[in-house]
Amino acid sequence: MADYDVKELDVLVIGAGGAGLRAAIESASLGARTGVVCKSLLGKAHTVMAEGGIAAAMGNVWAEDNWKIHFRDTMRGGKMLNNWRMAQLHAQEAPDRVFELEEWGAAFDRTPDGRILQRDFGGHRYARLAHVGDRTGLEMIRTLQYKAIYLDDLEVFMECTVLRLLVEGGRVTGAIAYWRETGRFVVFRAKATVLATGGIGKAFRFTSASWEYTGDGHALALWAGADMLDMEFVQFHPTGMIWPPSARGILVTEGVRGDGGVLRNSEGRRFMFDYIPPFFAAETADNEAEADRWYDDKRNRRPPELLPRDEVARAINAEVKAGRGSPHGGVFLDIASRRSAEYIERRLPSMYEQFLELADVDITKEPMEVGPTCHYMMGGVRVEPDTCAATVPGLYAAGEVAGGMHGSNRLGGNSLGDLLVFGRRAGAAAAEFARSAGGLGPLDEAQVARICADALQPFANEQGESPYELHRELQQTMQDLVGIIRTESELAEARDRLVGLAARVPGLYAEGNRQFNPGWHLAIDLRAMVAVSTCITLSALERRESRGGHTRDDYPKPDPEYFGKHNHITRLEEDGTVSVHAEPLPEMPPELAELFEEATVS
Amino acid sequence: MTVTAEKLTETPTQTPLVTMRLWRGDATGGCFVDYEVEASEGEVVLDVVHRVQATQAPDLAVRWNCKAGKCGSCSAEVNGRPRLMCMTRMSTLPPGEAVTIAPMKTFPILKDLVSDVSFNYVVARQIPPLAPRPREADGTHRIAQVDIDRVQEFHKCIECFLCQDVCHVIRDHEGNKAHFAGPRFFVRAAALEMHPLDTLDRRPLLRHHLGLAYCNITKCCTEVCPVGIKITDNSIIPLKERVVDGYFDPIAWLGRKIRRKPARTPVTEPLAPQATAGANGPRPGRRSPGEA
Ligand code: SF4
Ligand code: SF4
Ligand code: FES
Repeated sequence: MADYDVKELDVLVIGAGGAGLRAAIESASLGARTGVVCKSLLGKAHTVMAEGGIAAAMGNVWAEDNWKIHFRDTMRGGKMLNNWRMAQLHAQEAPDRVFELEEWGAAFDRTPDGRILQRDFGGHRYARLAHVGDRTGLEMIRTLQYKAIYLDDLEVFMECTVLRLLVEGGRVTGAIAYWRETGRFVVFRAKATVLATGGIGKAFRFTSASWEYTGDGHALALWAGADMLDMEFVQFHPTGMIWPPSARGILVTEGVRGDGGVLRNSEGRRFMFDYIPPFFAAETADNEAEADRWYDDKRNRRPPELLPRDEVARAINAEVKAGRGSPHGGVFLDIASRRSAEYIERRLPSMYEQFLELADVDITKEPMEVGPTCHYMMGGVRVEPDTCAATVPGLYAAGEVAGGMHGSNRLGGNSLGDLLVFGRRAGAAAAEFARSAGGLGPLDEAQVARICADALQPFANEQGESPYELHRELQQTMQDLVGIIRTESELAEARDRLVGLAARVPGLYAEGNRQFNPGWHLAIDLRAMVAVSTCITLSALERRESRGGHTRDDYPKPDPEYFGKHNHITRLEEDGTVSVHAEPLPEMPPELAELFEEATVS
Repeated sequence: MTVTAEKLTETPTQTPLVTMRLWRGDATGGCFVDYEVEASEGEVVLDVVHRVQATQAPDLAVRWNCKAGKCGSCSAEVNGRPRLMCMTRMSTLPPGEAVTIAPMKTFPILKDLVSDVSFNYVVARQIPPLAPRPREADGTHRIAQVDIDRVQEFHKCIECFLCQDVCHVIRDHEGNKAHFAGPRFFVRAAALEMHPLDTLDRRPLLRHHLGLAYCNITKCCTEVCPVGIKITDNSIIPLKERVVDGYFDPIAWLGRKIRRKPARTPVTEPLAPQATAGANGPRPGRRSPGEA
């Protein structure tokens, strides 16, 4: 009954977004036989949605910029919970990764003297984001895609979903997957496996994420026994579309604010001036005149609209709650009154189109209505910074699925750099592991048979319920109870509801046959979504403070003494429960620690 | 329960039921099936298709990812016209009439609204990639914005393949697929040929293998392109001119281009498909042996 194909590889990469493709390119270039598995067609991964740019301290626009300042911005944006070594590697290596993309054909916007142009973004001291208008992610994925397809040692397996990692003799030895088109199974046997599956946005109701974002990699790692890091930190991007309802959640790039857009409430007030936290007060303008001068003269302090995302999202939330929201329950993002139509259309062409097409709003003439949308998962697989190795041998993770790099809050522009820097590192380390770790023994067929049988269960549950309904309930639970503002009682309720949802997942019913059947696919994806949502909720319950993407109504302040010095580790115990415990942060070496001495650290 | 911004607008006004006439079936055949379903204000076709899926036809196959016109996954023929379902507002379709949705006709059908677009992935690999000139002495590439503008237009392509779907050269003549790359790949070739850093000359390839001459400039491709690339005017026609120049007046061609690309290496043969079965090619490795 377990009828499946077997493919032998050196390195298996799961996910074909920026991190997965960069990992595969590196691994194949080093001579490892590499396979990339992706749920969608090649070139459709969520990376295409990234708009703003790649943060890299190249110093093209501001010569004063360097990796140390980028490192410092990243750590401060993450409220010091970031893995310092990852933040350091990222800041040091991002420029080379950008130059490499240019060499592979990426058509970045240029400075007047012909170099790569860089734009301003929240939390970055200098204009630092290499970009292509407001569709940088598309440029990146296409460039990597068209680098990858010519490599002889690289195979792409499209529209193929991984069910479980194979674990044999305490080592990850590949994965079991099914072809979406036919529903048939395939075993990828690989000496090393790289997770590059992105995030978990689809567990929330209002999200900028696509259907693919079901936390697969997080769950695969968890089920394989790997440690997860700081799972409570979920980023709500402050500016998603909120009207019409069908467009709710679609991202409005931070570039709008970087290019001069400001946030106003229903009274027309630039309310961000009322929400400048002490942590950033020294570098944030406290009046409109200074804020407006900053765009042209960086000796001024930054406009508060460009505070890190967690600050802006919370501020918007508070304004709406105070009754000063826009008609549809958000706030106004206004660039029309501040920049010329020609400038807006040139700098933000996709935003212009998006609002015109989906909301009948001409952003060169009227303000946009925006509100927070679930955007990014900071927490993820715990990795060794230099190699991206997870805590189970043979397993690597890069990009959004990996934890540590962004601490409790990610700065805009640091994701695309993360994908490239750690995608490359994971690919190289996986290729090296595959070369040195020795061959694989005979396939554990019983394990494969079990996983296949489990995957087919939904077809047999004829009295079972619809996965679409269960998904809706999950999204509502996470949105309402584990969203931007959290509190003990609600988190506890979410935990209990998740136990109920988890119990219902095995009974979900899939109508029809195995051929390209979205209902069946969702029934399977929900296993991952519920597992990862549980990790998020349990970890959030334990963190009794507010920090970055995690805001507790009942503990509104950061706790510098304990939680500010601890990461949360989540793992699956033998009895099937998920445990959370705190672990002291790795200690930062003195030469890096001194970069923060002049700053107020919470 | 904490009141948060995202909870305040949850009751969109319902409009009367609409009829979605969706193609259901697979490679062996199928037919249109009508579904009566609610549609709310501001919705796009993809929203309503998803509602059919969630409430009436859980196994309805449809591709999508971004729901924002950025990934090019949700291509289909809506009321006979190739479009992105996620960027087609219900309010732009004739009220009171059934909305008919079929998969793209130019490609083999897999199931329901999903077609087999692997042809495109095969063609993609035949065109040699960028071969950049060396960097400047200071390690940078210096490119003026005006020189990259045109390439940026081409790079807007989201690979929705709607232009491939509409082009009569392959839509009406299956056999032409063997020697006609199609508008998407003329855009790709143009992006490479006009890239300020490139050093190859793909004109022989375009002429002899990619079938540039089959295009008779009907401009249907430009009309359907959801990101507004002027496929015919800005890529195909300039490529045709270059190919003609290259064959009849190589000196003039070289003279024009010599400033930026002094040494262009001509490419005459398409890159071969990879040795491993399915590598990067069509629906790579999807079927198990013995499967229909
Ligand atoms: S202009 Fe050429 S490529 Fe475009 S649809 Fe017409 S024949 Fe096809
Ligand atoms: S050129 Fe336009 S129509 Fe053709 S594939 Fe690209 S985006 Fe789609
Ligand atoms: S879903 Fe991405 S273009 Fe329609």
